[in-house]
Amino acid sequence: MQTQIRRVGMGLTVAFLAVFLQLNYLQFWGAEAIADKPGNSRELLREYSIKRGDIVTADGVTVASSRETKGDFKFERTYPQGELYGHITGFYSLVFGASRIESSFNDELLGESDVISMQDIRDRLFESGEQGDNIKLTINSELQEVARQALGDQTGAVVALDPNTGGVLAMWSNPSFDPTPLAAHDTQVARQAMEQLRGGDSDPLFSIATSKGYPPGSTFKVVTIAAALESAKYNANSRFPDPAELDLPQTDETLTNFTKQPCTTVGRIDLFTALTVSCDTTFAIIGLDIPDELFDMAERLGFNEPLPFDVSTQASLAPEVPDDQAPFRAFAGIGQGNVQATPLQMAVVAATIANDGVVPRPRLVEQIIGPNVDVVEDIPPETLGRAMSTDTANTLTDMMEAVVDDERGTGTAARIPGVSVAGKTGTAQNVEGAAPHAWFISFAPTEDPQIAVAVIVENGGSLGSEATGGQVAAPIARAVIEADREIRGW
Amino acid sequence: MQSSVRRNTELSLLIVALIVGAGAMTLVALARSVDRIALALPLAGVVAVAYIGAHVLVRRVARQADPLVLPLVAILNAVGLAAVYRLDPRPDGFGPAQVTWTVVGLVFFAGTLLALRDYRILARFKYIFGFAGLFLLLLPITPLGTEINGAQLWLRFGGYSFQPGEIAKICLVIFFAAYLADRKELLSIATRRLGPLHIPDLKHFGPLLVMWSVSLAVMFYEKDLGSSLLFFSIFLVMLYIATARIVYVAFGMALFAAGAFVGYQAFSHVQERVSTWFNVFDPKIVQDEGFQLAQSLFSFATGGLFGTGLGQGRPGIIPEAHTDFVFSVVGEELGLLGTAAVLVCFMLLVARGLRVALNTRNDFGQLLASGLIAIFAIQTVIILGGVTRLLPLTGITLPFMSFGGSSLLSNFILVALVLRVSHQSATEPDPARTGEILIGGRGGP
Repeated sequence: MQTQIRRVGMGLTVAFLAVFLQLNYLQFWGAEAIADKPGNSRELLREYSIKRGDIVTADGVTVASSRETKGDFKFERTYPQGELYGHITGFYSLVFGASRIESSFNDELLGESDVISMQDIRDRLFESGEQGDNIKLTINSELQEVARQALGDQTGAVVALDPNTGGVLAMWSNPSFDPTPLAAHDTQVARQAMEQLRGGDSDPLFSIATSKGYPPGSTFKVVTIAAALESAKYNANSRFPDPAELDLPQTDETLTNFTKQPCTTVGRIDLFTALTVSCDTTFAIIGLDIPDELFDMAERLGFNEPLPFDVSTQASLAPEVPDDQAPFRAFAGIGQGNVQATPLQMAVVAATIANDGVVPRPRLVEQIIGPNVDVVEDIPPETLGRAMSTDTANTLTDMMEAVVDDERGTGTAARIPGVSVAGKTGTAQNVEGAAPHAWFISFAPTEDPQIAVAVIVENGGSLGSEATGGQVAAPIARAVIEADREIRGW
Repeated sequence: MQSSVRRNTELSLLIVALIVGAGAMTLVALARSVDRIALALPLAGVVAVAYIGAHVLVRRVARQADPLVLPLVAILNAVGLAAVYRLDPRPDGFGPAQVTWTVVGLVFFAGTLLALRDYRILARFKYIFGFAGLFLLLLPITPLGTEINGAQLWLRFGGYSFQPGEIAKICLVIFFAAYLADRKELLSIATRRLGPLHIPDLKHFGPLLVMWSVSLAVMFYEKDLGSSLLFFSIFLVMLYIATARIVYVAFGMALFAAGAFVGYQAFSHVQERVSTWFNVFDPKIVQDEGFQLAQSLFSFATGGLFGTGLGQGRPGIIPEAHTDFVFSVVGEELGLLGTAAVLVCFMLLVARGLRVALNTRNDFGQLLASGLIAIFAIQTVIILGGVTRLLPLTGITLPFMSFGGSSLLSNFILVALVLRVSHQSATEPDPARTGEILIGGRGGP
């Protein structure tokens, strides 16, 4: 029987070795792939055992913080300001994952960024409960509130940037949402909240400011002018014919001025005046004349790719128009047709002109602060390159100032006594029959710009089909600029 | 080897094992809070005292027994204890209960060694053991049985539940050993040849068919593929050791495969097990019937090479982690290094057990020792294969590591029997060999 016992021993050895090989697969070769499979809650449990850092505004108001619970998941996220910062912080939810800042700055908030502070080392040595870093936003809480008040219950968005740094001073979209119930650890509560948000006609989770593209309408004319001036074919005094309607190539269609009249009484119009009164035919002519330059300018300003930002953005569109669709070049010149822009993109356009032609990279976060208030990291402002020369930017500034200052201007509602405001209105057609969207982009003061603002009010807001950008959107921009002047004292 | 040397080796290895065990308990306690050490160390102390007591008894009544077996049992037991304690350290939780069961198990270990001075007596009562084993094995089918986690292998008395299959396995191995020692010549006579296979008379396939029906009954009525496989395969292994006829093994495996196939066709719970095994990460399965296995695999994967450290992982997510899935706890917190070390300990223990069998010179002793250690090894492989997804998962315990009184008790008795055989074969002159020496022929091997 000796032989058989030895053979049984060999058989058992093979069986044990098979287990050993399987363990090598589970714990070494395939470990990462297996641990990443859905259903593994260990990573979540670990994340939720860390006291996630707070998110605070530039002026120190807490907009997201963590509170301890008694459950398996130790810390629950709350958003004390409700819906006011919903699109900025996003949510950090057991059920739905993380979005916006909570997602893009997850490592920092968990204290797992590359920077290791003394606190991290202390945490690791003494297990005093890990703590993440705090995030300081560029947002000013008072201005954010002003933006919400100014827009009221109209659907739309307000984006205010510091043109020098790209820092977002206020960014409000209506409708918005309160992230707190979504972050509830009670999955019932979270799911119900989500169902409610998804139940209506609009999607409050969707940020109009960063992610909804609208035809920019006449606000896009500043891009057209920038392209025209940079092309050296035109200057501010270039003269154009002034018809009430323009024949479009390749078709019997015509492009008619918004007023259905010629823009002036003298038969010809110069470029400067054309912007002041927002003369559509002029810009349609430029669009037809220099389509490639216009396309290039739009791309330099950030169109056709998602803007680099601290939260995800939707790309604004100014596609190249092929030769056989030439009428769309005319429409592109006035920000219609295939052109689409997010409010954030148009704020960046205004900020670029204010910033002497250099495109500031928009940003929401200016500092990462360690748990013990020792500053871990200052985030330096960045630019996205130069879009136009300083001269072009200065000429555009003068022209936009006239839009607000000149009696014939479309943006007179944005005037602020004692402050030189540059602006451009837009009243953008969209689907047949629906009221147009009211736009306004602006910056101030023109001598040393401190704030650039883009406003959109969807379908004319409270004024409906009678609305223009000048009537509906410009007063909102004015309110924000005035408030910023008060708050930051420039 | 001199008996005192053997026992001193045992003592020093045992002390190493107990220090490792106490260290593991300390780390587990420390992971929660420093104060916990005050609660954990006394438990480790109780276990250490019990093991030292067992060692002292071995010194007195089984001096010549193998010196590695008890330390290997101790280290497996201690690591298992730390894992169970880590999952549930409450004073009335599984951790302290497992300490109690360990002590009770060691008392049974001592009792077996004390009461049974000559294991050959067992052969006389082979039919009693045979019937007792069968009775215990099939007892849960009767109205006394209780279904727990989908398998009907438990008896419940008052607040206690008991798995009679764990005791049945020892009774049946004793019976098989005695029966096969008597019949081995008869059963191995080959009357025909089919290619390379020697085929015994058909009537000798009778016992195989009987065991097959029993194992099918366990599979179908107790819904327990694991125990069924365990009992049938141990019979095949012992039949093979006794007769050297591979044809029994081949035929037996064919029978079992046929039974399993019929079971798969006829019973939805078998189909579910197999489908879970194949598709454990399927989104519909991973949160449901595959949850336990998937969480076990996540544990192993999270542990990686070095593990999260004792008390630092989250193996508590696995339902029933303290019983069938205790190895996954080791996998998550001690990593591949830990699981490999545990595996090596099991292999060493099996190797020592088979060495005992090889050193024994009478048929019953050889079959008894090899049978006991083989059933121990097969059980280990079935559950380790199950929790690592090498085999379909079946609910049986990991010897000496899983929580459970029945399991600990039966395995301590099993080890005591192996040590008894070991001691006796080392002390008592082997009749065959003595004969040879008397004739003045060759020396011992």
